[in-house]
Amino acid sequence: MAPVATPFFFYLLAGIMLIGGIMVITRKNPVHSALALIVTLLAQAAIYLMLYAPFVAGVQIILYAGGIMVLFLFVIMLVSIDRSVRERQFNSQWVIGIVAATCLGGLFIAAFTKGKDIFPDYAFPLSEGDNTQRVASMLYGQYMFAFEIASLLLLVAIIGAVVMAKKRI
Amino acid sequence: MGQIVQYIQSYLSSDQTPGAAGNMFWAFVYIMLVFLGLSVAVIAMNWLERKILAHMQVRLGPMRVGPHGLLQPIADALKLLLKEDLIPAEADGIIFWTAPFIVVLAAFTVFVVVPFGPTHAITDMNIGILFMLGVSSLSVLGIVMAGWASNSHYPLIGALRSSAQMVSYEIAMGLAVISAVLMTSLNASGTGTLSMIGIVQAQLAQGTWFIFKFFPLGLIAFFIFAVAMVAETNRAPFDLAEAESELTAGFHTEYSGFRWSLFFLAEYSAMIAVSSIAVTLWLGGWLRPFPNMLGGANWDRAFSLVPGAAFLFLGGLCFFNAARMPKHPFFRIQTVGLAGFGVVLGLIGLILFIPQVSVRVQDIFWFSVKVAGFMYLYIWYRGTFPRYRFDQLMKMGWKILLPMGLAVLILTAIVALL
Repeated sequence: MAPVATPFFFYLLAGIMLIGGIMVITRKNPVHSALALIVTLLAQAAIYLMLYAPFVAGVQIILYAGGIMVLFLFVIMLVSIDRSVRERQFNSQWVIGIVAATCLGGLFIAAFTKGKDIFPDYAFPLSEGDNTQRVASMLYGQYMFAFEIASLLLLVAIIGAVVMAKKRI
Repeated sequence: MGQIVQYIQSYLSSDQTPGAAGNMFWAFVYIMLVFLGLSVAVIAMNWLERKILAHMQVRLGPMRVGPHGLLQPIADALKLLLKEDLIPAEADGIIFWTAPFIVVLAAFTVFVVVPFGPTHAITDMNIGILFMLGVSSLSVLGIVMAGWASNSHYPLIGALRSSAQMVSYEIAMGLAVISAVLMTSLNASGTGTLSMIGIVQAQLAQGTWFIFKFFPLGLIAFFIFAVAMVAETNRAPFDLAEAESELTAGFHTEYSGFRWSLFFLAEYSAMIAVSSIAVTLWLGGWLRPFPNMLGGANWDRAFSLVPGAAFLFLGGLCFFNAARMPKHPFFRIQTVGLAGFGVVLGLIGLILFIPQVSVRVQDIFWFSVKVAGFMYLYIWYRGTFPRYRFDQLMKMGWKILLPMGLAVLILTAIVALL
């Protein structure tokens, strides 16, 4: 089977992600921003697919695009849009902005130019067929402890939310 | 030229799905066939729903357009296409415009992995069931966008209700699905599968539909899914999002004409999609009844006659009703039309008796019959159950179905380990 992970698709998806990301911060209407973010997240899911990680792509669609962003939209829609549109969108903090941008840009350029030396020169087996099974055996085998701690953390967050929302328990 | 023909023919001898074989031509053909079949199924559902509901309420239903109203859906579609397409002045143009397309896209994309047979799927993904759940959950987005962009009260309330309902029932649905996926891992290697074709093959290998596995655990998981899927598709008795008496038409109040018909199309194809998930996970997908117990060449031959016989029966029904038509000259065209429809159905039945055809098509037939059973259930629910109140709906989702789903999941895991 011919690989679908051609450079064309990578540049297409990366372009969509970039445009979506810029739209998120430039749209005045928060609903439009949230929808642009969804587009970005979906393009990211497609890039996961290109990396032969279908499980991660599926989870990305279910959790981010289907779950979290719907709740985002849910909240934004109940906020009065008219007021937020009139508010000033950007706070001009040039110094901090430039410092952060140069740091991040320098990091990217360094990774791009010296990447060959930093990262191992090893082609991973493209195991699309048993990707889910591999993720499962890693998650519940090697990284069991970390996984359990993460889920405990989420549980604490859920209980905290319930305690804060409910007056009488 | 010869190369192209060879490329097209090369797939015919393989026993893979076109996606797995990497054959673009046949993948395209399959996509077109699925699209066509779905559209026909939605048209048929439209007629059947109105007719069956009418008979449940002791009415006749559509009777004017064509014999027994058979041409009513086509007349409806024409009416919808010719209607004026209104966009409210204060609506958010782009979002209002894209919302129906997102809903339709989500509802149709799901069918990429639906297995109509061991080779009759557009493609088979390693994450099949996850893909189905994920993409069908995107339709919430379209509904929320439609409700918000209309810039009106009823649609917004409808959209909020709908999204709250879909997000909360998705969890119970996911738990039920996981317990079925867990059952696929009961083989020698101990690894399960998320692939839709793999799930059906696991049922064939274990010699039982998952609904009967670990009785009553499989049945309870199926029950949870069967309730959650009605809520997911916003159908009665969970159709609060479009409760006519409270919200006019819910999130699509402001939509008209072609855009409204897209919502309609998406709703029905989403119903077919979730039904096919249920059929694949618990009712043995494309497998005919008793593939192991009544196995052997003789039984295979006997069961391969069923599709043709079913179509012949439908054709006979048409003839019976054509004979019962009033003998008035006014009804002559209708009588001839119904008899002609019966002839078409009978011819399809006769074609299905040819062994070469029936071998290839009987998987699709059994799958469709099972899905059709679910579609009848949808109509039956709508005809008989009163609508839930919103707090009852939430209580049911979070306090009954979710704990039940968790319990079934844990029990299934324990029983599978023993």
